[in-house]
Amino acid sequence: MPIRLRVEGLSAKRGEDLIFHDISFIVAAGEALIVTGPNGSGKSTLLRVLAGLLVPESGVVRLDDTTADISHPRELCHYLGHRNAMKRELTVEENLSFWKSFMGDSVGGSGIGLEEATEALGLGGISHLPFGYLSAGQQRRMAMAKLLVAYRPVWILDEPTAALDAAADRLFAGLVERHLGAGGIVIAATHQPLGVAARELRMTGFTGVCEGAES
Amino acid sequence: MSENSLAIRKFSDLANPTRFLALAARVLPWFAGLTVLLFAVGLYLSFTTEGDYQQGETVRIMYVHVPAAWLSMMCYSVMALSALGTLVWRHPLADVAARAAAPIGASFTFLALVTGSLWGKPMWGTWWVWDARLTSVFVLFLMYLGLMALNRAMDEPGKAAKVSAVLILVGFVNIPIIKFSVEWWNTLHQPASVLRLGGSAIDPEFLRPLLVMAVAFTMLFFTLHIAAMRNEIWRRRVTSMRRQAARSAGREA
Amino acid sequence: MAKHSGGTRMISLFLRDLKLSMRAGGGALIGVLFFMTVVAVVPFAVGPDLNLLSRIGPAILWIGALLASLLGLDRLFQAEREDGSLDLMLMQETPLVLTVLVKCLAHWTATGLPLVIAAPLLGLFMNMNEVAIGATMLTLLVGTPAITFIGATGAAVAVTLPRGGLLVSILVLPLAIPVLIFGVSAAYAAVQDPAPFLPPLLILIAITLFFAVIGPLAAALALRSASD
Repeated sequence: MPIRLRVEGLSAKRGEDLIFHDISFIVAAGEALIVTGPNGSGKSTLLRVLAGLLVPESGVVRLDDTTADISHPRELCHYLGHRNAMKRELTVEENLSFWKSFMGDSVGGSGIGLEEATEALGLGGISHLPFGYLSAGQQRRMAMAKLLVAYRPVWILDEPTAALDAAADRLFAGLVERHLGAGGIVIAATHQPLGVAARELRMTGFTGVCEGAES
Repeated sequence: MSENSLAIRKFSDLANPTRFLALAARVLPWFAGLTVLLFAVGLYLSFTTEGDYQQGETVRIMYVHVPAAWLSMMCYSVMALSALGTLVWRHPLADVAARAAAPIGASFTFLALVTGSLWGKPMWGTWWVWDARLTSVFVLFLMYLGLMALNRAMDEPGKAAKVSAVLILVGFVNIPIIKFSVEWWNTLHQPASVLRLGGSAIDPEFLRPLLVMAVAFTMLFFTLHIAAMRNEIWRRRVTSMRRQAARSAGREA
Repeated sequence: MAKHSGGTRMISLFLRDLKLSMRAGGGALIGVLFFMTVVAVVPFAVGPDLNLLSRIGPAILWIGALLASLLGLDRLFQAEREDGSLDLMLMQETPLVLTVLVKCLAHWTATGLPLVIAAPLLGLFMNMNEVAIGATMLTLLVGTPAITFIGATGAAVAVTLPRGGLLVSILVLPLAIPVLIFGVSAAYAAVQDPAPFLPPLLILIAITLFFAVIGPLAAALALRSASD
């Protein structure tokens, strides 16, 4: 059954400051939503609220039409923040296999194998190396492999391609495309175009928010 | 750009360790053979000489204990010399030598402590007394363990080298002060010390096996040290090759 | 809903944390070293009188173990937070309490258990007899997990602070006083005849079990509200 992410009247505070106010949108299965806007407009805050890491001031985040029995939408989400959530001391393989078995798969899909995932990101054959040995771009790509090894229908990505070169950018766009094609949802905050057809949510800071057209 | 120049400097540095590896390969079998031979002779002498009329058979522990204690101090001196080599002459092998020596020194010190304790049980009726000499060796043991922990905590050998060299030298300067203060502390509490090792003239009957064992232990140290240095160089090469592999991965894709 | 059980998840978390503390930079052996050093310097302060040392031995061992188990506790969640792993742990369907409990168990196995194993050696330095050494070891075995569980709460509270290390110790030490009281008194009861050994030991076990529930619950609550 296709899922649908519904956000109604969301507003959030950080400390005492109201970051954004009354955001509503619906993202259906197979759709991507790009969150854009200048620095400080609250993109990251919005994503953290969606991922259930911040409690919204008002409003709700709902996942409709799912067969899954969940207590919170965040359990069906992948969150790729600014930090990679990988340990420098462990090898890439140890990192990924930990997240694979710790996160498990959500209903409706299953993650792919470790080697397959690193191949998909163009970094096959070096998963035996400690994560700390990799360059910043490689680390980011290995962190993206997490998205593949454990299945989640919703991907929440915060500046996913900031440290990537053009080739890796295209590679990642392909992965996003495939995830959308399989009925997934992608919500990404980014400055660069993601390379996939997506709706755009322009955040303009506290002055207001407007939803743009298909880009 | 800086990455590049660093790599080249490292490569020119490799010349020296490479020569060391060749030397080690040639020397190690001889050293190992000599060590085995010396130990065979030393142990034979240790067990065939007469026991002390007072201490009986337990005196034989001395043939292991005293060389181990002597090695524990020599090893620290070797480390201090290497630390000086790192800081003053910037010799690429000095840091390897210091790093490789620490676990060996700790092992010899541990051996000295264990044998001392085994010797002490029949002598003093307890496993451990806070005798000045034993206590100093114990403090030395703690210093070795601290240095090993420091080496382990820093994964980049280049950065770790200078820091641990500084610590080794501070420790080396401190050893006489520690020794002096421990002795002062000890005599303050125990006017008449229980037992002093050595001190008075040793019977030549004991001296012969002791000397052979001391030479055997010294040879053992050098054998182990050269082997450990070789392993450390290999380990660093493996590490740099793995980093190289990480850098080149995904570039052709 | 998950395809595999919570058991596998928790085992993989336990093994990962254990691996992390064994790797370079991990704190597993530092704790034991600290324990040894603290206990070893006591005679320099009180003098080498063996009778006195054997009398205060269990107390010194307990204080050393208490301080050593506080060491590295502040990194329990801070390290996870710094690299973003904590976010992912907060998002899972696995109850956070369980995650915290498993992290505590892994932390204790890596840092608390070595203290218990090293205790007999230090007992010899303190000239303690076999019974006293055995009793101290046993009380440390059942008592030190409680320190980790209480410490987890402190670590979770201080997780957002840049220099939380000292603060965690200050927060946790007063809370750990009951553990110290019953641990030391059980150890002494084993050697001093009139005092009964079992009651303080059972109370110590009860305290550990109590904190095994309270500690992770409080820590999970603190972590949820510290997320930003």
